[in-house]
Amino acid sequence: MRLSARQHFLLRLSAFGVLAFIYIPLLIIGIEAFNEARTLTWPPPAFTTEWFQRAFENTGARDAFLYSLRTAAIATTIALFLGSLAALGVSRFRFFGREAVSFLVILPIALPGIVTGIALNSTFTKVLGLDLGLLTLVIAHATFCIVVVYNNVIARLRRLSTSFEEASADLGATPWQTARWVTLPNMRTALVAGALLAFALSFDEIIVTVFTIGVGEETLPQWLLNNFSRPQQLPIVNAVAVIVILLSIIPVYLAHRLTREEGSAAAPRGGGAVAAAEATAAP
Amino acid sequence: MGRRLAGLFHGRPRLQAGTLLAAPLGWLVIGYLGSLVVLLISSFWLLGELSGHIEGTTLEHFDRIYTEGVYRAISLRTIGVAAAVTVTDALLAFPIAFYMAKFARPRLKSVMVVAVLMPLWSAYLVKVYAWRTILSEDGALNWVLNPLGLHGPDYGLFAVYLVMSYIWLPYMIIPIYAGLERIPDTLLSASSDLGAPPGHTFRRVVMPLAFPAIVAGSIFTFSLTLGDFITPELVGGSTQFIGSVVYDNFASNLPLAAAFTTVPILVMTIYLLTARRLGAFEHL
Repeated sequence: MRLSARQHFLLRLSAFGVLAFIYIPLLIIGIEAFNEARTLTWPPPAFTTEWFQRAFENTGARDAFLYSLRTAAIATTIALFLGSLAALGVSRFRFFGREAVSFLVILPIALPGIVTGIALNSTFTKVLGLDLGLLTLVIAHATFCIVVVYNNVIARLRRLSTSFEEASADLGATPWQTARWVTLPNMRTALVAGALLAFALSFDEIIVTVFTIGVGEETLPQWLLNNFSRPQQLPIVNAVAVIVILLSIIPVYLAHRLTREEGSAAAPRGGGAVAAAEATAAP
Repeated sequence: MGRRLAGLFHGRPRLQAGTLLAAPLGWLVIGYLGSLVVLLISSFWLLGELSGHIEGTTLEHFDRIYTEGVYRAISLRTIGVAAAVTVTDALLAFPIAFYMAKFARPRLKSVMVVAVLMPLWSAYLVKVYAWRTILSEDGALNWVLNPLGLHGPDYGLFAVYLVMSYIWLPYMIIPIYAGLERIPDTLLSASSDLGAPPGHTFRRVVMPLAFPAIVAGSIFTFSLTLGDFITPELVGGSTQFIGSVVYDNFASNLPLAAAFTTVPILVMTIYLLTARRLGAFEHL
């Protein structure tokens, strides 16, 4: 399809315009974090790194950060286990209701977060009589993290020919040996990518968290939410906001690198980018 | 031992599949679908005025949600914003997706894909907060607009629409990009070789092939907007949405909140069924 120079220019302009639209707000909050004033003034009169130091020293923020890390680590581990089992089952076998499994895995993230949150909350508190705490939070997070592991692993398994596994079995390996020495090494980067994305998803989540977190506990996003309305905390909130942006962008970038390299080996021109984009964005 | 086990599983694909799927399906069916059933049941509960204990069942909450003017207005407003956000995002996403898929050189393409992907999930809360500061009275937007004699939107319905369009935009770009990438370039060359001007190729070849991908993207923009209560809380002023009513009521009146969640569930069920008919599921 050949566009005229004018059409091409306009298309390019709108493409980069949209990209600028995506990044400008993040940039503004990044600049605000270095604003010397204690209030939100734009443009900032002077710059300082004091708020980052204060943010690191803030015990509330630090505790929340550690709590987020712990939650994300446990939820990711559970999601990694359940998501890869589901992906193996669906990709290696044909059975009735196979489509339904994919749908079921996506459902916790396709339904609005508030539905998932309130449903789990009433089950935990009203039916099971549990007190909300780390256990309930981790269960909730693992539930919506399964999908990203599942998507990454199933995308890999689809490209991975079953003939390697058959060859291994023909050479006398037990299913366990085949899984350990053939299937697992081939899945490794997909597992790492899935885990990174699950970690980022959990680290960043707020809606389901609000409904399943224990009284007095705070994840980092929850800490932010609680402190938005406290004017004296404002500069520290801005600094923490920037830290949260970086911590959720880095795992996504790393996961993309991992899946892209493998994708480009299979399909040299551009195909890798699509495969990686699909695996990363898959919900 | 290993061999004995292997023998047990050998030639029994159902047993193999069942063993692999038992844990994840148990978790999702019992844990997740079970919870959705609990949610549905709890919307029928009649709670004692003082005790807060379950004293019976009632249809009262559904009656209020589906007939009272206030709730109906909130539902319509939320669905309206979700639709507006979806259309806006489709319009904004298409040019960049089209450029990435069909015109950008491989190197630029992969840089752009990463650039769109990175903020996809990152810091949802921080993005809303960033807009809260931008839209505030002394914020960056008014700093730009005031010298021109203009004033940015105050916290309210329009701000919610604007911020949600911003936040869910990457969720629309990626599926459309992937969908366009699947259209072979030869198809576009064939169309122009046969004499079609670019506009014609776009309408008759690109659009019909890209449509299911747009629908796939719209599932996320629509669903995520329907249930959001953080954005209304931070930039919505006093305007109420389904999410904010559910959140405000869930501690004090769980059955009413649960009954209200049936609105997004119903809307999304219809939406997903329609999307499947339109072939969008292959693009998820």
